[in-house]
Amino acid sequence: MKFSPRISIITLLMLGLAAVPLIADSIDEPFYTVLFSRMLILSIGAVSLNFILGFGGMVSFGHAVYLGIGSYVVGIGTFHAVEDGVEWLGNGFVHMAVAVAVSALAGLIIGAISLRTHGVYFIMITLAFAQMFYFIAVGNENYGGDDGLSLYMRSDFSGLLDLSNDNSLYYLNFGFLLASLYISHRLTNSRFGMALRGTKSNEQRMKSIGFPVFRYRLVAFVIAGAICGLAGVLSANQTDFVSPAVMHWTRSGDLIIMTVLGGIGTLFGPVIGAIAFLLLEELLSGITEYWQLFFGPMLVLVVIFARGGIDGMLAALDRWWIQFSPKKNPEGD
Amino acid sequence: MKLGILGTLTLAVMLSSQLAFAETVKIGFVTTLTGGAGAIGNDMRDAVELALDHLGRKMGGSDVEMFYEDDTFKPAVGKQKTEKLVKKDKVHFVGGYIWSHVLMASRNSAVGKGPFMITSNAGPGPVAGKLCHEDFFSTSWQNDQTTMAMGEVLNQLGVKRLYIMAPNYTAGKSMVKGVSSTFKGEIVGKDMTKFPAQLDFSAELAKIRAEKPDAVFIFYPGKHGLQFFKQYSQAGLKDTIPLYSAFTVDSLSLPRMKGLAEGSLMTMFWAPDLDNAVNKRFVADYRKKTGRFPTFYAAQSYDTIMLINSAVTAVGGDLSNKDGMRDAMRKADFPSVRGPFKYGNNHFPIQNFYLRKAVKDADGNYTTKIVKTVYTNHQDPYAKDCKMSW
Amino acid sequence: MNWILLLEQTLNGFQLGILLFLLAAGLTLIFGIMDLINLAHGSLYMMGAYFAATFTQWTDSFLLGVLLALPACMLFGVILERIALRTLYTRSHLDQVLATFGLILFFNEFVRLIWGPIGLDIPLPELLSGSVELFFGIRYPAFRLVIIAVGIMVAFLLYLLVSKTKIGMLIRAGASNRQMVSALGININLLYTVVFGLGTALAGLAGMMAAPIMTVEIGMGEGILIITFVVIVIGGVGSIKGAFVAALIVGFIDTVGRSFLPDILGLFVSNDIADTAAPAISSMLIYILMALILAIKPQGLFPPKGA
Repeated sequence: MKFSPRISIITLLMLGLAAVPLIADSIDEPFYTVLFSRMLILSIGAVSLNFILGFGGMVSFGHAVYLGIGSYVVGIGTFHAVEDGVEWLGNGFVHMAVAVAVSALAGLIIGAISLRTHGVYFIMITLAFAQMFYFIAVGNENYGGDDGLSLYMRSDFSGLLDLSNDNSLYYLNFGFLLASLYISHRLTNSRFGMALRGTKSNEQRMKSIGFPVFRYRLVAFVIAGAICGLAGVLSANQTDFVSPAVMHWTRSGDLIIMTVLGGIGTLFGPVIGAIAFLLLEELLSGITEYWQLFFGPMLVLVVIFARGGIDGMLAALDRWWIQFSPKKNPEGD
Repeated sequence: MKLGILGTLTLAVMLSSQLAFAETVKIGFVTTLTGGAGAIGNDMRDAVELALDHLGRKMGGSDVEMFYEDDTFKPAVGKQKTEKLVKKDKVHFVGGYIWSHVLMASRNSAVGKGPFMITSNAGPGPVAGKLCHEDFFSTSWQNDQTTMAMGEVLNQLGVKRLYIMAPNYTAGKSMVKGVSSTFKGEIVGKDMTKFPAQLDFSAELAKIRAEKPDAVFIFYPGKHGLQFFKQYSQAGLKDTIPLYSAFTVDSLSLPRMKGLAEGSLMTMFWAPDLDNAVNKRFVADYRKKTGRFPTFYAAQSYDTIMLINSAVTAVGGDLSNKDGMRDAMRKADFPSVRGPFKYGNNHFPIQNFYLRKAVKDADGNYTTKIVKTVYTNHQDPYAKDCKMSW
Repeated sequence: MNWILLLEQTLNGFQLGILLFLLAAGLTLIFGIMDLINLAHGSLYMMGAYFAATFTQWTDSFLLGVLLALPACMLFGVILERIALRTLYTRSHLDQVLATFGLILFFNEFVRLIWGPIGLDIPLPELLSGSVELFFGIRYPAFRLVIIAVGIMVAFLLYLLVSKTKIGMLIRAGASNRQMVSALGININLLYTVVFGLGTALAGLAGMMAAPIMTVEIGMGEGILIITFVVIVIGGVGSIKGAFVAALIVGFIDTVGRSFLPDILGLFVSNDIADTAAPAISSMLIYILMALILAIKPQGLFPPKGA
């Protein structure tokens, strides 16, 4: 195998992520575990969005709704587990199963209506649905309404895993990130994924050769929603707090930014994007209160000059490397 | 006798530790520094800095390091910042908190995790009642109290039919609950508006006009209050239906409301003209430093730092002596801008509440003046739900 | 039910609708002709308000402030278009969303740097700061009447501009077939700049009209931006007529919902639940409306021909 800067950087990144809690513990800065834990969760959200956005060309401006659904499943479940003593409602497996089911159902309904539209109409109708869920959460006084709900406990995995330990939670998040990457990889390279990519580049042709485009898109939409719902479960456990703000439209916007910043339609792009986004936020806001003054134009520049996002830049690095590296094997490539 | 020995021993330990522990006192301060409400956080920060100036920037002989964090008005962000202060910066005290919902979200990340948490403004019911905690203190008030005082005032003024408006979030609901609990007349209308999104109150004002109440009571902190007063006047209601408020007219909004608020009445635990030496010095120095009258947010923040100082001084800078610091804070033995007061079992102040009026002073500045005392040594209604006793 | 109250609320809804129309008209023009999703439209609204506040302070006159702020806004829009947005016309909607979102962040901080974190106020002339008596004894704020009058006037002028002038013809042609217009040898770049300047001026005007009622402050355009998008999508992107109709519908539903929902809900559930649920449900109404309309007419009420 030939050396590729892109693959080595991504490998290093993943290895680095695997080692974060160890490093944080050894320098006695457990805060970094928490910070990176959040990055992992939003990475999962971005990976799921990338599946429909990057491969399916569906610009959903309401993807955070599933983060909200997953979060509220945990919030409401643990609330009753503690208040009413219904123990199984605090169970993590129950949370995940319910979150996946509800998110998939929501995805099915939202998708079935939204996918009839195109372009900006699709963007706006997905936003509209997200806003509806947002206001349902705002209006639900029993579970804190606008103020949100502080979790009394984290999801309980019946002794298998103790989530009150930040490191365990970190590795759970990491495991789910790897799983979502695997699913994304398998799906996009399957016949289904190929067809989906086909609908992105030329919907008309796919239709005329007999692919049920609507159904393919809907299935993708539902899968993406279900995965993001899982990220919501993790997110609630991570923050010990659930509020409508999780599914505010700016959150959906953040997910899009992460995906595009990292590079849409690539496997690792969303992960790179999520980490870069949150790192920049953390670093810049630490330097100056006016950090958005720099972050804003940076986004514009990335869009104008760095098509393909960070992953695209890495790919360019690869091409540069091939061009200028000493060729041992002239027949290669 | 035993206690006496113990006391002497602690004193000895304290004295020795003063030399041993020259650790810097780290104080986190979570408030809103950006966006529309950024002005409030800015005011609080100025007051904190003034308090530190007054202390010579030392507490109990140790240096003080401040960590200001911006909650951007969002509960989730406030929580994140609190978590960072506790886990990364390892602060000994975390103060600030303007908004009840931000405080509620952040509480679990600080309380019981090491530092003392001190709210400099927000006072939602749960943290004063069921969720009271030995590491949690307030240098402000419990949300219901101020509006309970307002209910009394309205009774005394002979108001029979009242219309209430407040934003639909934790504090808004507490404020409404407070005034409803003491007001004896009929509440003919109540609107809970979307917060912070709704700034146009035209629909609600039309309802008020149709209802013709004796008085309107509002709770709109920050910019919303300013908007409300403007639109109330534009709708021609200013001269027909008297408007009462709590936490709405303050030294930030008054210079912008100008005549709109002149003569309007509000209740509060403090006022810039409150007659005590600490307050006089605070107000004079604050005006010298910033050119503005201090807000109640500023006054409470000043007290937060003074409370912390009383704790750190009592243990001679030994920040590991949490029990000693807690005992010191419970005494409320520090120069407070509200004058001497006591802490209730739930660590919320038992204090006076005054009726204030917005006026123009001799120099042409808009400020507020105390009309009378409504409550003397008032304790919040949640204290009885608090299991803590000491 | 109180009919006078209903009438007054209708007027309030109309006023909100007019304000939304001012914003939506610019947004839908820019979208229809340049195919640009401009999230920074709300920032232009904010800039309009800040310009007007500043000029009003300088000149001590609200009218002069607005008259000076209008060309300032237009100039600002033209510069923005030349520097940042021009390159985005050929990009995907996704790129546009991202870049203009970046611009929102930038403008918010830019304003904070220049004007400070505390908002500004626009004092109204004595004549407009009170209320006037209309029919049936309804008292209505004078300035809100001005907003309605200005909005109707702008709607009429826009109608004349689009349907009776040469530039209007180009705008209509551009909205339905962009390639054809440029193929006919029209200086399409100039047309784009003119349209963007016009759109900016309209957004700025909306900001100036809203400013004396609400505060001039950082981020003031973000909440209203989303509603404006709802308006243009309901109306059909690119259609000024659609924007007008949809703006009035949305303004009306929002206001009347806010006003009467608690009472209506109170008929079915306990008052406590109604009091707390009503604000949330009334905020949802316009999104439900949009989803319904798009489910039936995927291109909005008045899709431009050829789109």
